[in-house]
Amino acid sequence: MTLHETLPADTHDEKAIERPSVYVYDAPVRIWHWGNAVSILTLALTGYLIGSPLISVSGEASANYLMGRIRFIHFAAAQTLTVLLILRVYWVFVGNVHARQIFYVPIWSGRFWKEWSHEVRRYMFMTRQTKKYAGHNPLARFTMFLLFTLPLFFMVITGFALESEGAGRDSWEYVLFDWVFSIWPNSQDIHTNHHLGMWGIVIFVIVHIYVAVREDIMSRQGIISSMISGERFFKDMED
Amino acid sequence: MATAETFYDVIRRQGITRRSFTKFCSLTAASLGFGSGAATAMAEALETKERVPVIWMHGLECTCCSESFIRSAHPLVKDVVLSMISLDYDEMIMAAAGHQAEAILEETKAKYKGKYILAVEGNPPLNEDGMFCIDGGRPFVEKLRWMAEDAMAVIAWGACAAWGCVQAANPNPTQATPIDKVIHDKPVIKVPGCPPIAEVMTGVITFITTFDKLPELDRQGRPKMFYSQRIHDKCYRRPHFDAGQFVEEWDDEGARKGYCLYKTGCKGPTTYNACSTVRWNEGVSFPIQSGHGCIGCSEEGFWDQGSFYDRLTNLHQFGIEADADKIGLTAAGIVGGAIAAHAAVTAIKRVTTKREKADA
Repeated sequence: MTLHETLPADTHDEKAIERPSVYVYDAPVRIWHWGNAVSILTLALTGYLIGSPLISVSGEASANYLMGRIRFIHFAAAQTLTVLLILRVYWVFVGNVHARQIFYVPIWSGRFWKEWSHEVRRYMFMTRQTKKYAGHNPLARFTMFLLFTLPLFFMVITGFALESEGAGRDSWEYVLFDWVFSIWPNSQDIHTNHHLGMWGIVIFVIVHIYVAVREDIMSRQGIISSMISGERFFKDMED
Repeated sequence: MATAETFYDVIRRQGITRRSFTKFCSLTAASLGFGSGAATAMAEALETKERVPVIWMHGLECTCCSESFIRSAHPLVKDVVLSMISLDYDEMIMAAAGHQAEAILEETKAKYKGKYILAVEGNPPLNEDGMFCIDGGRPFVEKLRWMAEDAMAVIAWGACAAWGCVQAANPNPTQATPIDKVIHDKPVIKVPGCPPIAEVMTGVITFITTFDKLPELDRQGRPKMFYSQRIHDKCYRRPHFDAGQFVEEWDDEGARKGYCLYKTGCKGPTTYNACSTVRWNEGVSFPIQSGHGCIGCSEEGFWDQGSFYDRLTNLHQFGIEADADKIGLTAAGIVGGAIAAHAAVTAIKRVTTKREKADA
């Protein structure tokens, strides 16, 4: 990683101060992040409504297509999310070092676990010292891998398995994902797990937003803006 | 046991003359556009081909499969039993008993090695060395393994033989085990359902006897021709599902109008069977047509999927009655509360730290 020296204007003293910044998240990663955010919001809402449908509409069945539309939106958002995920996995191999962070956890690295436990202690208010990381801190990386990356793949796989049920036995969805039915022969179980996966991701989103806002304030590093501009600023110059 | 009848014997027995039989063969060969030798070949095949011997055994079961089977209309069960197959052994409907009955098994095993079909209704319990189901003085599982050794194929009738059904439901004290978990070296055709549809049962047998091969099976071992679509895919109430029109309560306007039973727990969207196409009792009706949701009886572990009237499965791991959505919502609430508390502590810490700094 390379440190760029950027020169933001200081409005009070009318002179430029130097703040170090690192280019962390390149454009594909940022596009993926926000594309994901929109798709996941859509998927969670429509998915919930598929499991627990809205109150019945009146009139002839031929004049209504509410459930059909909700399901269409769910499937369309799912396909979008999947295409984005495929591009993202491609970017793991060609992007910068930060692009592969949340796709694996270096469980073999002693340093990782040392820093990980430091972050846990910091969140338990046991230490006040903030360490600077260009990308995710080890705890964030660990949590994202466990509570986001893995569930995301799980949701895509179970989702396509469920879609194959309607698409039919000769559909590409079934050809690719029929093995899911060997794990859970009764697709009712796949439905249940797909629901649980949704709630897992909802919980991740709650924690994710809280931690991002909190870190932005507390750690004196640009967290939220880094997912928009790609650059992370370090507000304190010491160390 | 007498020598097995050929198809020609059956045709003659039903009052068709030799002349009519040869005419039938010639006409069929001609209409199918076969060569001159085909008529003779067909006649010879029908004259020499023996009916397929079938051994029908019963393990832990309730006999609803047999009850369903005898009600088949297309083909009529009498035609299946008397003309298409040679049902040499069936504990339910055979005249022989005791040693005579056991002798049939020995004889079939020796005489038709690799040629007979073993149809199994119910399943073997494996706990306590199989002592929960004793048949002819020995555990049923032994008899099953012994007869399966020389069978051409095994048909697993019903949810019991295919998946385990009620006797395998949690906690499964007898360790009732589906056939394909016990017999590994023979093709096992699963025909699930509690019971399976009569026409599906006779249809599977008819296919085997007519084409002399086993039907194409899906990943779960079920015949594709009957089990590759869900009840939901061919349900006549499907338009109401797509429209978003549901029965909310059992006696509401939607129930009277025949709306979709999804919200009252219909398992049609997760159940693979032919009920919505073949229907029951000569195609008269099927559960959804009678106003009740599908209970998913042809699916694996359907007894352990919670209430018949809930869309979401009860998850008993949590000790209380809860489904995925309730658990998810509770967990999200707990996490939300924890975050609020964490944020509060953060704020307090920050204020106190600032004070300390100001004091210093």
